[in-house]
Amino acid sequence: MRTRASRTAVALGAGLLTTALLLTGCTPGASKPSTSTVSQAEIDKAMNTSTNLTFWTWVPKIQDQVDLFEKKYPKIHVKVENVGQGLDHYAKVRTASKAGNGPDVVQLEYQFISSFALSGELADLTPYGAKDIANDYVPWVWKQGVANGKILAIPQDSGPLGNLYREDILKSAGITDPPKTWDDYKVAAQAVKDKTNSVIGNMAPNQGAGWLGLLWQAGVKPFTYDGKKSVTIHVNSPEAKKVMAYWQDMIQKNLVTTDPDFTDEWYAGLNQGKYAGWLTAAWAPVFLSGAAADTSGKWRAAPLPQWDPNKPASGNWGGSADAVLKTSKHQIAAYELAKWINHAQEPALLFATEQHFFPTANSVLEDPKFVGDQPAFYGGQKVNELFAGISKTVDPDWQWLPFMEFAYTNFNETFGAAVAAHGDLSAGLDAWQTALVDYGTKQGFTVNG
Amino acid sequence: MAHGIKRKQHLAAYAFVLPFFVVFAAMLVAPLVYSGYLSFFADRLIGGVSFVAFENYLRAFQDPGFLAGLGRTALFLVIQVPIMLGLALFFALALDSGRARGSRALRLLIFLPYAVPGVVAVLMWGYLYGKQFGLIGQITNALGLAPLNLLSNSNILFSIMNIVTWTYVGYNMIVMYSALKSIPADLYEAAEIDGASQWRLAWSVKIPMIRSAIILTVIFSVIGSFQIFNEPSLLLELAPTAITQSFTPNFYAYNLAFVNHDINYAAAIAFLLGFVIMIVSYVVQLSTQRRERLS
Repeated sequence: MRTRASRTAVALGAGLLTTALLLTGCTPGASKPSTSTVSQAEIDKAMNTSTNLTFWTWVPKIQDQVDLFEKKYPKIHVKVENVGQGLDHYAKVRTASKAGNGPDVVQLEYQFISSFALSGELADLTPYGAKDIANDYVPWVWKQGVANGKILAIPQDSGPLGNLYREDILKSAGITDPPKTWDDYKVAAQAVKDKTNSVIGNMAPNQGAGWLGLLWQAGVKPFTYDGKKSVTIHVNSPEAKKVMAYWQDMIQKNLVTTDPDFTDEWYAGLNQGKYAGWLTAAWAPVFLSGAAADTSGKWRAAPLPQWDPNKPASGNWGGSADAVLKTSKHQIAAYELAKWINHAQEPALLFATEQHFFPTANSVLEDPKFVGDQPAFYGGQKVNELFAGISKTVDPDWQWLPFMEFAYTNFNETFGAAVAAHGDLSAGLDAWQTALVDYGTKQGFTVNG
Repeated sequence: MAHGIKRKQHLAAYAFVLPFFVVFAAMLVAPLVYSGYLSFFADRLIGGVSFVAFENYLRAFQDPGFLAGLGRTALFLVIQVPIMLGLALFFALALDSGRARGSRALRLLIFLPYAVPGVVAVLMWGYLYGKQFGLIGQITNALGLAPLNLLSNSNILFSIMNIVTWTYVGYNMIVMYSALKSIPADLYEAAEIDGASQWRLAWSVKIPMIRSAIILTVIFSVIGSFQIFNEPSLLLELAPTAITQSFTPNFYAYNLAFVNHDINYAAAIAFLLGFVIMIVSYVVQLSTQRRERLS
């Protein structure tokens, strides 16, 4: 009934539009078209019907963007709820979605989209016109929200990897330019160790996403997922082992430390100059200026050191998107919310300037208000512009496993434990591989690995 | 006639306990039966739910994570419980002897950690344990000693023992102390007439008299050891690679259910853990009873 009504709406001319709208009205608000495209009339109608949406996100101050949305669509009322961050959030989304009373719009990190896609909890946004905005985003980011030909999420922010470093410490070690290649980085690390009281950086053993970002940069493809039953797992491939052999050497020679990150110890390390740098994501520059405020003016930003300086590459660490749950009874309005706050210039730019997210929309990445920023923390360097350039070098073909929650927790006890103990990283990768394959097989996947 | 009154009384008694049984059945028996039911199934990401009979239980017996977790808690039990209860008994006796000055303030001070919320306690200790910037680290630094990593893979269990001891010594002390207070004074008089010293008094009169209170604290501690959850879960942030998913069986069950999405296996683990606790508690009780009969 519902789909026929919408088809009629498209087929009939403007004169019969009212009739079609009346037909649509037989299921007020409960618009759930599955295959056909939703017409503009239907969208207009949905956006002018009094509707209550629930939006689960842990983005701070997102109420500002939501307020703008409610101003634009006064009939739509959005309730923003923060049910926890990361894994807590996902556990609750799953439970609520299974129970059929989940929120309408949810925040999802890119790495978890495929696991929700697998359990069929996300609505395909294609019928609502999501294809039309695909070209407005950086291609690799957009691809992260697409699974099996279905558009499942609208990108919000991302984290292409770069290198933040203490110019003063590197200088006192005799290094004037940021290391261009990983070989340069090792030479610089040795100099920092010999001539200063610092180390060039810290490689947190618990930061699976950061380590994967480094593999991503090196062009390693540890995971693939066909969206159905088969996964490929190759975390211990020769390419991955080559990258880790580099870090094995760095760790063995004590050129980097291996403290867990985002702990008191780690913050103190950043503030007291224990770490002369941080290989990190594009959301980090602003975060760092708050976390290590005492060191203002001493930091600079650069691209990651490269494996092949002629083919600059980067990986990604973090960032998230907004998706619509299949259980939502107001999918049109829910999609419009997810789209509008991340697509319309005003709220999207606000994410960059207020929440300090690293943008995904081209229009924001080119906005002079964003790229022209010259933070004093980095001595007036145009950090955003630098990272906007890095974002273009991220490999678009990276995929995730549909069970990254397990992958990350297990990372900590296999590979991470090897890093923390300054042990055999190659054996750590093997152990991680075995655990992932075992888990995947037990969960019924056809595992290639 | 008398019969009728008795029956009425019986009915009234049942009516009074009925609300409890309703809540008991709904909140304890039903979930227990349900999770028992769940433990015979498997819900795979691909393929969905299927009946697997005892497969989850068989898997647990071969699961190195689960077995290592059990071993870890057993080690915890053997080392931490005697230390904690020994200290608690010592403090209770010391306070009861009336020799310690300001015993009221002392009692309060020893009990105080129990009143500190577990989360705060773990965060506080986590800070103290910090390798370089924590208090202990700074002291070892100042003394020129090598920094001791209390959050490393090999030390973390002992660090947790320390936190648990710190928290529960006061609680156990209060249980023993109140038992000591209820010993009839004439026993002390008799012992004094016999010329018993304070030590002798403690050993031959006080401890045997509060035997049942001590056994109670032992049983509570045994159960508590197997159920350790807060400490690893909170220290995970600070020692992310030292605390594994299966650090303790209880923590493992949680991770299986909420991280690995394997609720069925988690239910099986929880049931096995329940059985282990029952068996160990029973053995402890049995051995104390036997000793009682022998003496």
